[in-house]
Amino acid sequence: MNFKIFAGLITGIILSMVATGQSFLENGQVHGNFQYDGFYYGEDSKLGITDSKLDGKYFRMNAFGNIIYTNGNFEAGMRFETYLPPLAGFDPAYDGSGIPYYYVNYKWDKLELTAGNFYEQFGNGLVLRAYEEWQLGYDNSIRGFRARFQPFEGIYLTGLIGTQRYYWEPYKDANRGVVRGFDAEFYLNGLIPGMADSKTQITLGGSFVSKYEKASKKTITRDSVVDTVSTRYVFSYKIPENVAAYSGRLNLAHGGFNLTAEYAYKINDPSEFNQYIYREGQALFLSLSYSTKGLGISLSGKRTDNMSYKSRRNETGNVLDINYLPPLTKQHTYSLATIYPYATQPLGEMGIQGQIVYTIPRKSTLGGKYGTKLELNYSQVSSIKKERVAENIPIDSTGTLGYKSDFFALGDKLYYEDVNLVLSKKFSRKWKAIFSYVHQSYNIAVIEGHTGEPMVHTNIGIMDVTYKITPTKSLRLEAQGLFTDQDRGSWAMGLLEFNIAPKWFFTVMDEYNYGNPDKELQLHYYNASIAYVQGPTRIAVGYGRQREGLICVGGVCRQVPAANGLSISISSQF
Amino acid sequence: MKKLILLSVIMLFTHSIFSQEKESKARKLPSVDIKTTGGKTFNTEDISNDSNPVIVSFWALWCKPCIKELNAISDVYEDWQDETGVKIYAVSIDDARSSAKVLPFANGNSWDYEILLDANGDFKRAMGVNMIPHVFLLDGEGNIVYQHTSYSEGSEIQLYELVKKLASGETIENH
Repeated sequence: MNFKIFAGLITGIILSMVATGQSFLENGQVHGNFQYDGFYYGEDSKLGITDSKLDGKYFRMNAFGNIIYTNGNFEAGMRFETYLPPLAGFDPAYDGSGIPYYYVNYKWDKLELTAGNFYEQFGNGLVLRAYEEWQLGYDNSIRGFRARFQPFEGIYLTGLIGTQRYYWEPYKDANRGVVRGFDAEFYLNGLIPGMADSKTQITLGGSFVSKYEKASKKTITRDSVVDTVSTRYVFSYKIPENVAAYSGRLNLAHGGFNLTAEYAYKINDPSEFNQYIYREGQALFLSLSYSTKGLGISLSGKRTDNMSYKSRRNETGNVLDINYLPPLTKQHTYSLATIYPYATQPLGEMGIQGQIVYTIPRKSTLGGKYGTKLELNYSQVSSIKKERVAENIPIDSTGTLGYKSDFFALGDKLYYEDVNLVLSKKFSRKWKAIFSYVHQSYNIAVIEGHTGEPMVHTNIGIMDVTYKITPTKSLRLEAQGLFTDQDRGSWAMGLLEFNIAPKWFFTVMDEYNYGNPDKELQLHYYNASIAYVQGPTRIAVGYGRQREGLICVGGVCRQVPAANGLSISISSQF
Repeated sequence: MKKLILLSVIMLFTHSIFSQEKESKARKLPSVDIKTTGGKTFNTEDISNDSNPVIVSFWALWCKPCIKELNAISDVYEDWQDETGVKIYAVSIDDARSSAKVLPFANGNSWDYEILLDANGDFKRAMGVNMIPHVFLLDGEGNIVYQHTSYSEGSEIQLYELVKKLASGETIENH
């Protein structure tokens, strides 16, 4: 939809409402939120930050503002974004300002319609998920039309059509595919009268998604080697213009048990990402948990095979994803434990995860006066087993079915393994602490594409101690160590925070890469910051170095370059 | 065209500001469909507590300060409930990566909160939440009377002062 037409429509509606009486406005409310992140970069020869690397642009900023207008069942909203120029590490294609997100929405009793941009998730997102993550510069919102319909209690139907956001590029001349989707969900306890009071809750769901993108015939050259004799074949391939994906899911809750399962299938979808193979895609996601007060156990497993699903077939970056493949590993939060984060391998992986959370009760021998909390987590991700489709065709050959894969067979490559234990304890009214140990094996060659580099094995110890000086004044100390012989070697980290609740935060910290094999790179990454919070408003100013690394939220990661300078962040809402 | 848009936006603003001054119309929770931990669709307009105060707290498993805050409140939650009848809805914004771990985590930590799952951030967006932890305090009529982002040791004390005010029928100056 053209923004001018859209805006004209909205303006027309509002103006006519105003003209015909004030009731529309008088019952309306305007709310919104905004955030501003600015960074003044300094040159730092030790970090390799030079004038040319910064392109002469020392001051960079990302900011957005949202406005939502609601009036009864009517809602309209938009988001303004500006990147002048974008912070280091964000895609330069974001450079500029504009309104990438705007919509109108109306809800009737059983029907809800949205025109404009929207976010959506079907089931676990295996075939469709549109979402945004500001910190990552990730936004694959769909612009088009969506209808949600609830004909009876317990039935939820969603249908949508649109195109996805691609930085600032408008949709024209079929420069990306059109996404169409339909989802149905049945909550059996609401639907079947006899089940209303059942202790077992069952939800069933199914989705169908299809993308349409124009295609011309593709010429593919393939070399085949048999007994050291190489033959070159030239083929002309037909690329499918419609690619469908569907999934079925189940959620079952009974007492303390909870089971979630989803299976997704995608027809052949040759793309730049999978080197134009014609294999179909599959994903299976399973999770089982049991919990009762004081104890929670969860187990999950998944398998993905050739499930990258983008609305442009020659796109390989973190944009235009139609689906979402959740990684099944714990998302660490202490800084040294985030140096080696796992990122989903959409072309194929098998993973399992288990977690136990237990509270040792208060006033028991081990629990002490306040109780002690334990959390044990284990995850492992491996490759899937791939076999040749024919003896003379290498795996992943363009223009072929790619490979054969036994659904239940593990591949021989370990991608990631993580065992971690967290112990939280309150010792007295004044002292609290969290201790944590993490052991990781990280396949840097696959995850970061550093071909040939050995597996990184880490041992990480973390201590996070809080001391209450008065009921609202506290000191917090973090000490962390990461020990490894691979990659950039070992790290030590210390942080001291002084807080005056609920408004002030003063922090100093240092990360020291003392074990770097290159002596020149045994650097300190020191940083000091102050934050002030008043209600929903937060203003933070920091100065210092920022370590190079991956920032990951959900399954998406962004590479952040090393930086040195002054940062300012303001966020609020009204 | 741009002038027209600008005009309508200005009209909306001025109007809502004036109308808010006239009758100080309070903000309520928007209507957004999210999920219970049992997989049932739950509309956020149904967040209520028999005319007693409600705290809506946005959190996630990957958010350490959120967990610290919910643990700190959990230690005193029984007292809070006895004294004021307050109820806490802990809305997790964990996505499919970890939403299945949310209930076992909450139970494993012995939390007594109502746990809701906002796996695609729809409720978070409708509430204008930029960062978590972010808490909203609602009075007995469901009006949002206070909100706060970030957590440090002792923040819950101020929050509870406000809950007590509400429980005793006092009004809170909108922050």
